[in-house]
Amino acid sequence: MAKQVPDTHNVGADAMNPDGTVNRAALPTVFNPEDLKALEMALRVKDQTDGASVTVVTMGPPRAAEIIKDAKSRGADDGFVLSDARFAGADTLATSYAISQAIKQLGHVDIIFGGRQAIDGDTAQVGPQVAEKLEIPQITYAEELMAIDDKSITIRRRLERGTEVVKAAMPVLVTVTSAGEDCRFPNAHRLIRQAKDEIRMINADSIDADMDRLGLKGSPTKVKKIENVVLAHKESVVLEPTEAALNELSATLIKEHIL
Amino acid sequence: MNNVLVYCELSEKNQIADISLELCTKGRQLATRLGCKLQAAVLGCDVKAAAESLYPYGVDEAYVADDRRLSPYRTLPHFDVLSKLIEKEQPQIVLFGASSVGRDLAPRIASYLRCGLTADCTSLEIGSHEDAKNKKTYDDILLQIRPAFGGNIIATIVCPETRPQMATVREGVMKKEILDANYKGTIIPVAVEASLDKADKAVEILSREIEEQKIDIKGAQIIVAGGYGMGSKENFQLLHQFAHLIGASVGATRAAVDAGFCEGERQIGQTGVTVRPKLYIACGISGAVQHRAGMEQSSKIISINTDPDAPINAIADYTIIGDAMTVIPQFMACYKNNLK
Repeated sequence: MAKQVPDTHNVGADAMNPDGTVNRAALPTVFNPEDLKALEMALRVKDQTDGASVTVVTMGPPRAAEIIKDAKSRGADDGFVLSDARFAGADTLATSYAISQAIKQLGHVDIIFGGRQAIDGDTAQVGPQVAEKLEIPQITYAEELMAIDDKSITIRRRLERGTEVVKAAMPVLVTVTSAGEDCRFPNAHRLIRQAKDEIRMINADSIDADMDRLGLKGSPTKVKKIENVVLAHKESVVLEPTEAALNELSATLIKEHIL
Repeated sequence: MNNVLVYCELSEKNQIADISLELCTKGRQLATRLGCKLQAAVLGCDVKAAAESLYPYGVDEAYVADDRRLSPYRTLPHFDVLSKLIEKEQPQIVLFGASSVGRDLAPRIASYLRCGLTADCTSLEIGSHEDAKNKKTYDDILLQIRPAFGGNIIATIVCPETRPQMATVREGVMKKEILDANYKGTIIPVAVEASLDKADKAVEILSREIEEQKIDIKGAQIIVAGGYGMGSKENFQLLHQFAHLIGASVGATRAAVDAGFCEGERQIGQTGVTVRPKLYIACGISGAVQHRAGMEQSSKIISINTDPDAPINAIADYTIIGDAMTVIPQFMACYKNNLK
């Protein structure tokens, strides 16, 4: 599972429209960073297992095919884009429903990898929700693949104050954090070989979905209000770093019992 | 009765985690506003004492599931017990910590119940919502407020039609406050069903290495924080010296932590901790909105920065234009003189 996201960490001044809406045209898109780490872990499983293949699924507009091409040039075997106006406006619940229905169509899947969260939402919800819909266990916050055999996977998880090593039987869903290994680079031969490949677009009719559970209609969360972040300007005293100025500042802070 | 329920996390010492106490304080306010009970769910092993320690925070009823298979936390056993409890008791609101536990469990529960879940809320209020499309007004629903889109916008999210309304909140965002030391609640034991056996076998913990938290800057009265502009881990040592002199704790921005200048526990901001000290000294910090979200409630803010136009200066009470590496030693000397 991967997502093409606006690069919110490099937001320019023109990223917001004057009315407070997001100016998507002004934002470059990237392969969601943690999804790349998840792809690397999937490729490592493939490296260590006979006959394994990696398929990448994403949901988004047709241009999201860019990340499928990218993933294939890095080593993925196949991939497709869930793209349909009926998916639009989905929150994490409707998104996870669509993705889980698509995964069901793939037939036999042993391990599903995804990034812990996407940088445009930071919710970390889609992974566990897909696992629940497929009724399989989940391992979140994965940072390292420790062992793999044909029945089970062993993963080290990164928690707030330490680590945990867990073993799960397949099928299982794993979400990978930013502590995971960086993804290998695109391979020039693979890049050229698949340059002309058409990336498959899958619509809502081909995933055996209940239309009421897709898109805006299938999303229980609604945005009530959006406010632009405006900096509250305070009375700010600007000081040059002279001894007199710093002396006065420290004296004031001591007098006011702040220091 | 549709109450407010807080899912409580346990520390390594089997005590209620701070984040859960903070949520109980917020949950109490919501329950009082709605005229319903505040309930807590405590799942673990030998947790009766921990559950009873919740009463002073205004918890009316604590559901306690006591079973060795529930400790330490694993997704499926907790999911099994909590999802059944919510189905049976039908709370109107359920709150989780936005921790590695809450962010693992809450989405799975939301998916199962097919209800909405808002991650990383910075504010929770009760209010009404008018739906422009179906012309319906929803009273007394949970307004879930969170920064979105890399912190460039603040969104208010509602779940008008589905119940429960669920949200996660990061540690330190809400204040933990004792309501009444003598507040009396009750324990309601939850029978752990045989179905737990299946959930128990799915994922096995082979080993755990959890350190007790050493660095905790959340409660600091004075914070000296450094950004990427500090330049190096060595330069960060000056911040430690400065902090030591004035009795402060050292904080950092995400950029400084990512660059390896200091430990991750010191990170302040949307993805780190939220602090409200009486004095915040920002050194070499430009002031990205994600960082400001974690410190803008500080009573006084001093910015030391070479860039007069750094965004942090807009929220600073004092801005010192200069290189932190030279300004800080000067300031330290002045401070020592003034103490005499």
